[in-house]
Amino acid sequence: MFEGWDAVALARAQFAFTMSFHIVFPAFSIGLASYLAVLEALWLITKREVFINLFKYWLKIFAVAFGMGVVSGIVMSYQFGTNWSAFADKTGPVIGPLMAYEVLTAFFLEAGFLGVMLFGLERVGPRLHFVATLMVAIGTLISAFWILSANSWMQTPTGHAINADGQFVAADWLKLIFNPSFPYRLVHMVLAAYLTTSLVVGAVGAWHLLRDQHLAGPRVMFSMAMWMATLVAPLQILAGDQHGLNTLEHQPVKVMAMEGHFQSHPHGAPLVLFGWPDQKDATVKYAIEVPKLSSLILKHSLDAPLAGLDTVPRENWPPVPITFWAFRVMVGLGFLIMGLGLLSLLMRVRGMLHQSQLLHRFAVAMGPAGFIAVLAGWITTETGRQPFTVYGLLRTADSASPLAAPAVGSSLIAFIIVYFAVFTAGVIYILRLMAQPPQPGERGPATDLPARAAGITPAAGAAAAEGAR
Amino acid sequence: MSIDLTTIWAFIIAFAVFVYVVMDGFDLGLGILFPLFPKKSDRDVIMNTVAPVWDGNETWLVLGGGGMMAAFPLAYAVLMPALYTPMIVMLLGLVFRGVAFEFRWRTQKERNKWDLAFTGGSLLATLAQGIALGAILQGINVAGRYYGGGWWDWLTPFSILTGIALVIGYALLGATWLVLKTDGELRDRAYRLSWALLIAMLCAIGAVSIATPFLAVQYTQRWFAWPNIILTAPVPIAVAAVTALLLRALSNRNDVQPFFLTLALFALSYAGLGISMYPYIVPQSITIWQAAAPHNSQVFMLFGVSILIPLILGYTAWAYWVFRGKVRPGHGYH
Ligand code: HDD
Ligand code: HEM
Ligand code: HEM
Repeated sequence: MFEGWDAVALARAQFAFTMSFHIVFPAFSIGLASYLAVLEALWLITKREVFINLFKYWLKIFAVAFGMGVVSGIVMSYQFGTNWSAFADKTGPVIGPLMAYEVLTAFFLEAGFLGVMLFGLERVGPRLHFVATLMVAIGTLISAFWILSANSWMQTPTGHAINADGQFVAADWLKLIFNPSFPYRLVHMVLAAYLTTSLVVGAVGAWHLLRDQHLAGPRVMFSMAMWMATLVAPLQILAGDQHGLNTLEHQPVKVMAMEGHFQSHPHGAPLVLFGWPDQKDATVKYAIEVPKLSSLILKHSLDAPLAGLDTVPRENWPPVPITFWAFRVMVGLGFLIMGLGLLSLLMRVRGMLHQSQLLHRFAVAMGPAGFIAVLAGWITTETGRQPFTVYGLLRTADSASPLAAPAVGSSLIAFIIVYFAVFTAGVIYILRLMAQPPQPGERGPATDLPARAAGITPAAGAAAAEGAR
Repeated sequence: MSIDLTTIWAFIIAFAVFVYVVMDGFDLGLGILFPLFPKKSDRDVIMNTVAPVWDGNETWLVLGGGGMMAAFPLAYAVLMPALYTPMIVMLLGLVFRGVAFEFRWRTQKERNKWDLAFTGGSLLATLAQGIALGAILQGINVAGRYYGGGWWDWLTPFSILTGIALVIGYALLGATWLVLKTDGELRDRAYRLSWALLIAMLCAIGAVSIATPFLAVQYTQRWFAWPNIILTAPVPIAVAAVTALLLRALSNRNDVQPFFLTLALFALSYAGLGISMYPYIVPQSITIWQAAAPHNSQVFMLFGVSILIPLILGYTAWAYWVFRGKVRPGHGYH
């Protein structure tokens, strides 16, 4: 099997596949960890039972999602060695330390305090337990910091030199870590994680409100989630716009692909809303365009000239149709999410937040929108960087391991089978947990507690409701 | 042979891998022993003894791998493709067992399926790690800055032997962990298993020790030539001493000692490995100095490691402390 296939293409497919599965879980757990910390803080301050119930409800879901994030992440970190050994050899001296710092400052912090966060409330008491929750939340953010720094360096490399063995070495660590696209990418990704989580929380809340408008837990979580979406969606659009301007400065070719600009436009470039980019003929077919708008967005002037892909050698073109469409999916969802936020604000002002079935249905439908936008965003970013792994300096084709196609192909198949089997089950378990509304006396990540264990119900004083899950 | 940065880094990576081996070793071992404890309540207890700490244990694997990419990129780039299949199998095994920790509590109907995933995943991951170790020891074909061998080079009788040896070793760690963390009938079973596994482990150490010198002349000279023997002879002597203590602890039914003595046994075997390999990181072809990352990468990371590793050990110890003591049925941490 796979004789005659291109080993590099298979390795790329494998990276894209495993990464796309991985990123779904961090996007959720970064946001959820922060949400849990907020819920627990609100409980400690107000002592209202609804907050600890919500905390325990989402903690169970967090435990399952986090587990899947961890196992899919371990696969990622080894993939650099197995499938991209030339890349590992050449960039190890710069990317390696960033990832090592991620392990030391973030992964250990998360893992070290996770056990206490999940199972330790009775053992350490509420205050210390809150510290553990906070550490896990901070850990997820530190993790995003380092891995996005590494990824951003690959997009906009600065602060390095190249040694006699052809390896990238650091010349200036600060410049390398805080490379030009990093601040934008970090802000955009963390906001994306928060939005994604708020949409999930909102959808679960809305789902239960559609059954019963008086449930305390769903009312609170729906309101919190809608505040988040209302406030963060416009911020995210702003951050995305700034990110795009930064990309135009440092990776203009990527922007040409995102915009579908095969031709240069000396007197103001049109904004292609939709169309079918044809890489071979170098045109966008069936294009619907707004004249000069692209120049206005990117250069803040209607007549500003914009170069197109015709100024770039073909062997340096990214795959335009993928970049072009992934970008539109993300931006489209961004505006839809803002629409949801605005609608919720309108209903809130009218006092209909917990009554409007229209709003609730919309919120349920938007539950997965964050995940799709995150995936679309990463696909834009990563395919737009092609055909390089380190932008302009190291080609993807020169990054791969000296492996034959059958080896890479069979491992790809193994990953596909295992990931679909395992992660489908996980998602079903999460959906099952979500299908139950949070109860008074909610329990944390529960085992099948036998009746005897009734003595150790949560210190929260939420002793009632034996067996409620 | 002065103590330079590269040597320090070799010890740091070796330390991370060792911590991984013993920490994940005992929880992989529990997975391997799972089929021998068919009762649901026993299985719940076994899971509960590691549920709060397994993620931290596995993080050392990420540090070992990631640290190697950072400190010895060339070695990472040569070893990973050479060990391609064992690595992929290990990762898939870890996926299965890692999710089982959470999934098995989330379903009644499919619980047995996830228990099987826990066992199967643990067994595969352990075998793969042992085979990888054997494959490294027997030597790897290097061409320039790349792996130069074939897709199946890792598979030899020797690597299968080391694979089986590691399965036995992890199972012993798991059994003595259960002696430490449980009581009643479950602990009695764990005692009986510890006896059997200890004997099997001694046979395995013996078999690997006999086979290793035949792999390459260097190993024989390293161990038996004068004056090295002054340094190497204490290792087998210490193994014998620790074994004696372990046998005594098992017959006295001291719950605490067996686990820690087994750790000591692992440490000694690991030191033996170090003696065989040093200063090569890819035996017979790449030394630690040839593989080392540039000076400023090493310095940059050393800074973080020297502050953070003690901190990590501190809060990890705290987490173990929080969940100290015996775990009993129905009194899970959950
Ligand atoms: C630190 C590095 C890093 C990070 C954080 C990411 N990637 Fe990436 N990505 C790579 C490092 C990389 C790479 C090693 O450089 C690849 C492998 C092959 C390639 O072309 O670039 C790549 C390729 C690659 C491709 C294939 C592109 C193509 O073949 O045209 C896709 C679709 C993704 N990635 C998707 C993602 C997603 C969804 C991510 C979400 C987090 C992500 N990447 C983060
Ligand atoms: C190539 C890229 C990546 C690699 C190699 C990688 C590696 C890993 C590894 C090894 C873990 C498991 C850590 C543990 O044992 O606890 C993990 C989890 C995690 N990763 Fe990634 N990761 C990548 C991309 C990303 C990105 C882009 C983000 C976010 C912006 C991210 C955020 C996280 C977070 C928050 C966790 C914690 C576990 C979880 O969220 O479920 N990772 N990653
Ligand atoms: C409508 C407004 C949005 C705009 C204008 C926008 C803009 C951008 C741009 C230009 C990039 C590519 C940057 C580069 O690679 O150089 C990007 C990437 C990305 N976007 Fe968006 N985006 C928007 C909405 C969203 C939303 C709603 C989400 C998720 C909830 C999201 C998630 C991402 C992610 C995860 C990436 C990849 C990481 C990165 O490069 O930052 N975006 N976005």
